[in-house]
Amino acid sequence: MAMLEVKDLHTSFFTPAGEVKAVNGISFNLDSGKVLGIVGESGSGKSVTAYSILQILSHPGRIVSGSIKFRGQELVGAGEEEMRKIRGNKISIIFQDPMTSLNPVYTVGNQLMEAILLHTDRNKEQARARAMEMLELVGINEPDKRLRQYPYELSGGMRQRVMIAMALACEPDILIADEPTTALDVTIQAQILELMQQLQKKLGMAIIMITHDLGVIASLCDEVIVMYAGSVCERGTADEIFYHPAHEYTKGLMRSIPSIDDDEHERLVPILGTPIDLLNMPEGCPFAPRCDNAMKVCLTGRAKEVWVGRDHLSACWMNVKDGSERGLVQTDDDGQIVAIDLEGTLDAAVKGGQAQ
Amino acid sequence: MNEPVLVEVKNLKRYFPVNTGFLRTTPLKAVDDVSFTIGRGETLGLVGESGCGKSTVGRTILHLYKPTAGEVIFDGKTVGPGTIKEFRRRAQIVFQDPYSSLNPRLTVADIVGEPLDVNKLCKTRKERTERVRELLATVGISSEQMTRYAHEFSGGQRQRIGIARALASRPEFIVCDEPVSALDVSIQAQVVNMFEDLQSQFGLSYLFIAHDLSVVKHISSRIAVMYLGHIVEIAGANELYRHAVHPYTVSLLSAVPVPDPERARASHRIVLEGDVPSPLHMPSGCPFRTRCSRATAKCAESCPQLEEVAPGHMAACLEL
Repeated sequence: MAMLEVKDLHTSFFTPAGEVKAVNGISFNLDSGKVLGIVGESGSGKSVTAYSILQILSHPGRIVSGSIKFRGQELVGAGEEEMRKIRGNKISIIFQDPMTSLNPVYTVGNQLMEAILLHTDRNKEQARARAMEMLELVGINEPDKRLRQYPYELSGGMRQRVMIAMALACEPDILIADEPTTALDVTIQAQILELMQQLQKKLGMAIIMITHDLGVIASLCDEVIVMYAGSVCERGTADEIFYHPAHEYTKGLMRSIPSIDDDEHERLVPILGTPIDLLNMPEGCPFAPRCDNAMKVCLTGRAKEVWVGRDHLSACWMNVKDGSERGLVQTDDDGQIVAIDLEGTLDAAVKGGQAQ
Repeated sequence: MNEPVLVEVKNLKRYFPVNTGFLRTTPLKAVDDVSFTIGRGETLGLVGESGCGKSTVGRTILHLYKPTAGEVIFDGKTVGPGTIKEFRRRAQIVFQDPYSSLNPRLTVADIVGEPLDVNKLCKTRKERTERVRELLATVGISSEQMTRYAHEFSGGQRQRIGIARALASRPEFIVCDEPVSALDVSIQAQVVNMFEDLQSQFGLSYLFIAHDLSVVKHISSRIAVMYLGHIVEIAGANELYRHAVHPYTVSLLSAVPVPDPERARASHRIVLEGDVPSPLHMPSGCPFRTRCSRATAKCAESCPQLEEVAPGHMAACLEL
């Protein structure tokens, strides 16, 4: 059993203008000690997925349906008391903006010790020692002095280190990092990524890395989920996603980023159009309006995830079409797809997609 | 560089007074002795980390900030009281944040039309409308959307409106101050391509300021690297990425995460220790020496000047 199992999660924001389906049926498993990357543009639902796991959604957001199981314990519908035991203790989070996510009126030490005092039976003295140990671990020198300082006295990179120290103080099983380096400069980003990599090896926790930067994903993650408009486009191992992208959106994304190595000047191939309005979601594939290869079926129905390789699932009708051309799609009597396997390694059957 | 020089920046300095005590101010040297040239139709990329002064350079060139010292020579004429009006028409800027740089109380037609009014470029109302329509069409915004307000557009579209406004006075030079940083990856490529199209269509010169090194490499013909108000290295785009010599440039390039898992596993990041020093308390000598692995006692004594290390490739480091 995986440590964290998310199944068909739907999270919506009920705004006066209507229901915004921020997360629209995402499923994934996370094993201990793995780094999972969730990549997507703004509004793709990657942060809302993280907030749903911790149930720190802001009003008017609400988990509509689905299941989130942490070590077998169902978190959807769990009480506030139960969630408190998990937040910051078993699953913790680092937010994007270290400038605003630390409390400006408390010292660094005060904020670091809060979680330790809450979740462990250490006394104040021991909590302070632990806080100092954590600051040293994340590479902050003079921890004694830093504990007495306020967040404004630290630089951006230092604040993000404090956030990481805070998140790791109770040795969580899962660390969710929500764009931890987006607000930082490249050289500071390199420091933080290096640090996270070291700590992950040392402490053996699992990380969910949320970012829009494919470079960050490539340098850190074992597995990757690509999201668009609240839905999963494809998921698989990092190598599969980067070297054999199967979903049209992922392919487009890869084409639209300039390469730093090419000496030849190649024109970028952008994804045309604008991101979708989450209030008016189409019936079919959310990416269809911007997709160059959109077919009729893309506008009417959503493709179910199909296996396109070992450890690689994709939810794109092109994969289904490709599969049926190569005789790999099997359908049952109702025209439901039973199995598709492009690599010839039939190891799972996916039900529910409608064949053309 | 073969193109005739359009913009020449000579020993440009911009200091901001900062209150550091009762009746006492200390100059914050945001830009300290920066010189470079931009040719006609050329794109010069300017990279560096936040606070290194790259945006201040852009704004000081346009005289949005008064230079503390130094001069800007535009098309052979020094920019000063007599030439500023003409200069402002021929040199424009596109800002980073497409949300705060458009007036929320004006319609798109008025935002784009404002430079036309200020510079008295259209004689009749009809001519103005026609020109605004043409400008919006250039950046891919349909004329039905002319009467809308900025908030009705997405980030990418707003940036297009900002570009249309910059183009209104038919400039020859545009300072692009992080124009794609706030945009999503899929939209970023659209805007980058548009900048390239406009350049070839109107023969524009760009100063392209950004912190995303792969975007800068893509769009620029030459690149200048800044650190704490100084230019530490300047070279042709490919030359800089293949043969960077300044220790700061080398570590900056190695810190860029490459979207390729195999190479990411194989590559070795040169992680710089510590943070950028405060520009109020600049280190003596070379500004980079406090984080440099190659720094010696010599580096604390004098500030290195840009010297040619290869044709068209200059670097400011004593240890070369």
